Amino acid sequence: MTVDQAWRILDPFAPKPVQDRQLAINRRQFFSRGATGIGTAALAGLLGRDSLLATPFKQGGALGASHLPPKAKRVIYLFQNGAPTHVDLFDYKPRLHKLHGTPVPEEYLGGKRFSTMTGNPKGKLMLEPVEPFQQHGHSGAWVSEFMPHTAKVVDDLCFIKSMHTEAVNHAPAISFLLSGSEMPGRPTMGAWLNYGLGSSSEELPGFVVMTSISKGTSCGQIFYDFYWGSGFLPSRFQGSRFRGSRDPVLYLKNPDGMKPELRRGLLDDLARLNQLKYEQVGDPEIQTRIAQYEMAYKMQTSVPELTDFSDEPEHVLKMYGPQVKEPGTFAYNCLMARRLAERGVNFIQCMHAGWDQHNSLTTELYNQCRDTDQPSAALVQDLKMRGMLDDTLVIWGGEFGRTPFIQGDIRNRKRWGRDHHPYAFTVWMAGGGIKPGMTYGASDDLGFNAVENKVHVHDFQATVMHLLGIDHEKLTYRFQGRHFRLTDVHGHVVKEICT
Amino acid sequence: MTKQKYLETKFVGLLTVVLWGTLCSANAKKVSFERDVRPILSDNCFHCHGPDAKERKAKLRLDTKVGVLADLGGYSAVAPGDPAKSELILRISSDDREDRMPPHDSNRHLSQKEIELLKEWIAGGAKWEGHWTFEPIVRPVVKDKKRHPIDILVDTRLKKENFKVNPIADRETLVRRLMLDLTGLPPTTEQIQTFLADKKPGAWERLVDRTLASSAYGERMAWDWLEAARYADTNGYQGDRERTMWPWRDWVVKAFNDNLPYDKFTIWQLAGDLLPDATQEQILATGFNRNHMINGEGGRIAEENRVEYVFDMTETMGTVWMGLTLNCARCHDHKFDPLLQSEYYQFNAFFNQTPANGGGGDPFTKPVLQAGSSAQNEELVKLRKQILAFEKDIDRRQGEQGDAQAKWEARMLKDKPANDWQRLFPKKAKADKQTLQILQSGLVYASGENPDKDEYQVVYPLEEGKITGFKLEAVRHPKMTHGGLARSDSGNFVLTDLRFNIRNSAVDKLVPLEVASASATYEQGPLKVSSTFDNNPASGWAVWAGKPIDRDHAAAFRLKKSIKVAKGAELEITLKFNSQHKHHNLGHFRFSSTATVTPTLKSDKGGLITALQTQPDKRSPSDKKNILEAFAAQDESLSAMRKKQNELEAKLKKTKASFPKVMVMADMPKPRQTFMLERGLYNQRGKPVTPAVPSWLPPLPKTEKPNRLGLARWLMEPNHPLTARVTVNRFWQMLFGVGLVKTTENFGVQTEYPRYPELLDWLAAEFLESGWNVKALVRTIITSETYRRSSTISSFAEYERDPENRYLARGSRFRLPSWMIRDQALAVSGLLNPQMGGKSVYSYQPDGIWSEATFGKKRFRQDSGKSLYRRSLYTYWRRIIGPTLFFDVAKRQVCEVKPLRTNTPMHALTVMNDVTYVEAGRALADLVLKEAKENEVRLRLAVRKVLGREPAPEELDVFRQSLRRALDSFEKDPGSADRFLSHGDSKTESEFPPVTRAGWAALCLNLLNLDETLNKE
Repeated sequence: MTVDQAWRILDPFAPKPVQDRQLAINRRQFFSRGATGIGTAALAGLLGRDSLLATPFKQGGALGASHLPPKAKRVIYLFQNGAPTHVDLFDYKPRLHKLHGTPVPEEYLGGKRFSTMTGNPKGKLMLEPVEPFQQHGHSGAWVSEFMPHTAKVVDDLCFIKSMHTEAVNHAPAISFLLSGSEMPGRPTMGAWLNYGLGSSSEELPGFVVMTSISKGTSCGQIFYDFYWGSGFLPSRFQGSRFRGSRDPVLYLKNPDGMKPELRRGLLDDLARLNQLKYEQVGDPEIQTRIAQYEMAYKMQTSVPELTDFSDEPEHVLKMYGPQVKEPGTFAYNCLMARRLAERGVNFIQCMHAGWDQHNSLTTELYNQCRDTDQPSAALVQDLKMRGMLDDTLVIWGGEFGRTPFIQGDIRNRKRWGRDHHPYAFTVWMAGGGIKPGMTYGASDDLGFNAVENKVHVHDFQATVMHLLGIDHEKLTYRFQGRHFRLTDVHGHVVKEICT
Repeated sequence: MTKQKYLETKFVGLLTVVLWGTLCSANAKKVSFERDVRPILSDNCFHCHGPDAKERKAKLRLDTKVGVLADLGGYSAVAPGDPAKSELILRISSDDREDRMPPHDSNRHLSQKEIELLKEWIAGGAKWEGHWTFEPIVRPVVKDKKRHPIDILVDTRLKKENFKVNPIADRETLVRRLMLDLTGLPPTTEQIQTFLADKKPGAWERLVDRTLASSAYGERMAWDWLEAARYADTNGYQGDRERTMWPWRDWVVKAFNDNLPYDKFTIWQLAGDLLPDATQEQILATGFNRNHMINGEGGRIAEENRVEYVFDMTETMGTVWMGLTLNCARCHDHKFDPLLQSEYYQFNAFFNQTPANGGGGDPFTKPVLQAGSSAQNEELVKLRKQILAFEKDIDRRQGEQGDAQAKWEARMLKDKPANDWQRLFPKKAKADKQTLQILQSGLVYASGENPDKDEYQVVYPLEEGKITGFKLEAVRHPKMTHGGLARSDSGNFVLTDLRFNIRNSAVDKLVPLEVASASATYEQGPLKVSSTFDNNPASGWAVWAGKPIDRDHAAAFRLKKSIKVAKGAELEITLKFNSQHKHHNLGHFRFSSTATVTPTLKSDKGGLITALQTQPDKRSPSDKKNILEAFAAQDESLSAMRKKQNELEAKLKKTKASFPKVMVMADMPKPRQTFMLERGLYNQRGKPVTPAVPSWLPPLPKTEKPNRLGLARWLMEPNHPLTARVTVNRFWQMLFGVGLVKTTENFGVQTEYPRYPELLDWLAAEFLESGWNVKALVRTIITSETYRRSSTISSFAEYERDPENRYLARGSRFRLPSWMIRDQALAVSGLLNPQMGGKSVYSYQPDGIWSEATFGKKRFRQDSGKSLYRRSLYTYWRRIIGPTLFFDVAKRQVCEVKPLRTNTPMHALTVMNDVTYVEAGRALADLVLKEAKENEVRLRLAVRKVLGREPAPEELDVFRQSLRRALDSFEKDPGSADRFLSHGDSKTESEFPPVTRAGWAALCLNLLNLDETLNKE
């Protein structure tokens, strides 16, 4: 041990030997290459690394290259929160008219579990569809009069009528559909894709969520943030919720009184100070910090431009319906979804609550369809017109279906309702790699059980990933000593609906 | 640097890599099973050849020694010493796609290096070791007594691996590092100066001790614990109702500050309620297990919820104390660890004894404890003291009064109103089935067998005079059910028939007395008192009011005709209890008579006169109290004291009632049977299990009962291999950013093998031997050189070699948790309100966050004034939508023990634009303007306040430029200066013009956004 070392044990704050200083100078030269030298190399190294370290939006995914040739580059998920009634909207069952008001045929029940609101379904009365159905388009898809606009675009859609799930209550079922687990805490589909495929936007997050609810809806379900959570994946992959107001991103606006030019200048100064720090201590994270603040500034300019619809032609605005200019509506969110897609956002989740018609099939369901039907159809058309439908996957659907039997009093039409029903429901998909104008799978003659070409939630998830070029069995993340994936240990790609 | 020099550097770097590689292969002769082999097997093989019996393929097990050596029919997976004969090696290196392991569709594959390692391990004899975290903690011998053991353990390895070790950081850096780590607040200028001025040896230790003694220490330590305990102020899920668990949060702060040993800290929280003579504090601590979410969603099945809550308790215990991923064994045996599904449910059975049910989403689901804040508790103590003082005064005053009371009593009796009840004293009392005893003050008490029905006869001698009615008093007795009136299931009675008969002299016949009407203190529905004399033996009088009987009852009976009583007359009263309700026989009662024209129950309110009429030796305690109170009332000073005392007692009661309700733990008197649940589904019951610990961990001590208390004590047994390791690792993680074991949440077979296993064990042993002394442990770590090293990265090659600083050749530099960034901003700007504890506060939040998330059902009402500037720990935490200005914090939904550190542009936007920081910038600017006169001095002051150091000249250049920019901008548009100064609630009286203030405020806001400010260095 040298004298110096010995002394240091006694007093760790002894002046440092001179050689440290020389070292510091060398180091400074070493790092001072700044944005074009080693600093950038270091930064690039960090971006690819999956660690605790910082990462801005645009980045390559964990996968590097995709497993399969991708058919879709991005997803717009129009999530209908609360469970739309499949038997009133898309899954036409003429026999329901015949059995209207008669007890549920027992052979359809067999030990099934329902929500406590229904309890034992034995003896419940069957309920016919509220509105008449008709076939539409070349494909002849059945759509009820609740959905006149969707009816016009059926030849672009693929209906899956044999969906089924596990959970009977909203939050667990939504969590199951979006994250593969009924319990909150797993990464959601958007987070998985953001992690696997990376983000193609420089200025916006790769996974954006928007929420809406129809006005006057009596039983809207809460939007829990685990519906777009990243679970055990690094939190940069979680969905960024754009709020339903003029400031979609929290803390986006400069504080009142601070001019944009001043902010720009101050951020330049901040970057210079951080650069000085970097040269002094050599922590590559500082480069990421500089990039992070720069991107924050970019967002400050790009988001207002994103939400400024003045560049949209009138006929486009009209297509989305009268609510399109009202922030927080489904129509507004659908147009925003298209604009986000154009700007490189890869997963856009528009959630619309209020589909929980326990006693409002003949009342609130009309509002619900009025608010969502036109914008959903418009989005498909709009994407198609722009040539974006080919590589954009649009999904429309809820967490489960609704009972073909009634909840409420059959004599009181005003209060007709249907309870939660996980055994059969309908979703539609369009665009990126999906065969247009087809119907896949079927439920039985009462819409009770999925029977033909059944599609489980995990199959559905596997298919979405497949369309994006991902083998769902191979996109895994190690956590708590285990390799996790979206589809757990299940899931089969429904190849029949893929182009 | 010349090109030549640069190349040299590069070459040296390259050389290091080459050397490193050589060293590695030289080392490889000593393949460590634990470090090298088990991770490969675990990662790639255990899924199908591991502990889970159901998933096991080809009946082959590779997670046990027996398994790898088992005879598979003339061959075995591993033939020690002979890789060529080992089936394992043959299969992993097979060229046949179908033969090769792991299977091609399993998404797992072995690298050549891994195959070589396995071969070398087998060639070397295939030594098998148990998983290191399940093996006993062995204290490594550290011989060198002159240096800090941590430094010896770290430096030995660093030297061996040729790391360049960083020197100790400078003092300014160190004091900020320490204060942020241990208090979550930056050092004040005074604190820095005191430390810098302390040139004597031991200065650092003195600073550490001062810091550990500050109350902010407990607040900092509590944050991580709250994240692990999933603490929040609401239930979570739909409805997200508000709860009041904050007294538990305050207890955590206090426990850290009091340095409650970690074993007690644990036992109280897991099982404080089960400790003998548990104190209120010990019960409060059990709130830990009740911090889980509560689901109030309509349509949810109560039992399903309840089962989830018990899962949550079990798994939280597993993560926090053992670093085990118990949840993996809910549905099947654990895939990697030896934990069986049955063992999961055995753990579950410890917690499954809670009576808390899953229905309704009540944020005060029983059992609850009413516990106050420290201020409230102080108030309570104060009140109790005052009451006690008054009692003493009253006693003294009564003593002074002497026989004044006897005189007063005589006077009272003389002046007594005529309509009072006269107690009757029985001569004889008998029942058909029970034993009737005659007690003091005319009371009759029933005991003996407890018959379904009974009939009593009681005989009273009467005094000469007139009688117009009788009163029956039913008096509560502790021997009756719930201290009520009878030995029935409820303590209620049903008097079905009541007869009064008089015998004027011994020779006369009994004459029945007819009752005209009756009234009672309470009548239970149709069981009216009038039906005791309606000639219907099935009807009767009862007093059940839907809650346990909490008062005495009485009934007054008016005779149809008043009677004249002759001398020597006797009254015989018959009471029948003939109800269909079993055991409803009145157990404790007395009768009185009256001569008033209209006898009512009100005529002797409080029974004072009756009490006075009773001979002093026959008076009951309540009679005595009654008399005393009345006596005191006529003495002015005494009555004043009484009045005051009563007021205080009322206040005490009110204070207690205002205490928040904290959900706590309890066990049901009758144990609940726990079942294994197929696939973890609440309604798919499998085999029954009893509380027990896994076979592969030390057994429950023989002295312990298999309950939560036994479990808690088992965790803290010195031979438990996990608790101490897991705990010291978490504290290490707090100080260094990453734990010695990176997988803080998982110490199972799939855990990371640490760089410094001996250091972890040394710390664990030290922690155990100190008696689980947390402050001592923290002090031990912080006084090492390893903790104090400079975090400067000397070259990019050094960085590349150890980007996460796992080898600890340098100090850790990482971004502060977002809550600490806020606390720091409040502290440096002088806004911080250091008030501790109490209910959570509503600091700034953008408009509409709650109502948007809850469809307007929850509205945020921001606090005002000083509450806005409380430490982040006290910020109200709505579970479904947490405080928006905190990023990378635990969701507080399930237990989280590993902090996240990511950077998105949104995080930058928060610190750039949230009112919290804009206001802090302004407040800091006002401070700086006031405290110094020259701009140059002010700039230095601002930097010192925020960073705790002097600015460098080139930094000052930039600051000057920023100030100029800002002043220019505000000068051009003075209105914008006013607007920029308007953010936040705090107001400053400032002599400076708005433009100046705004300019400085903008500069200070920039300072709060500096990378150095956001980081701990």
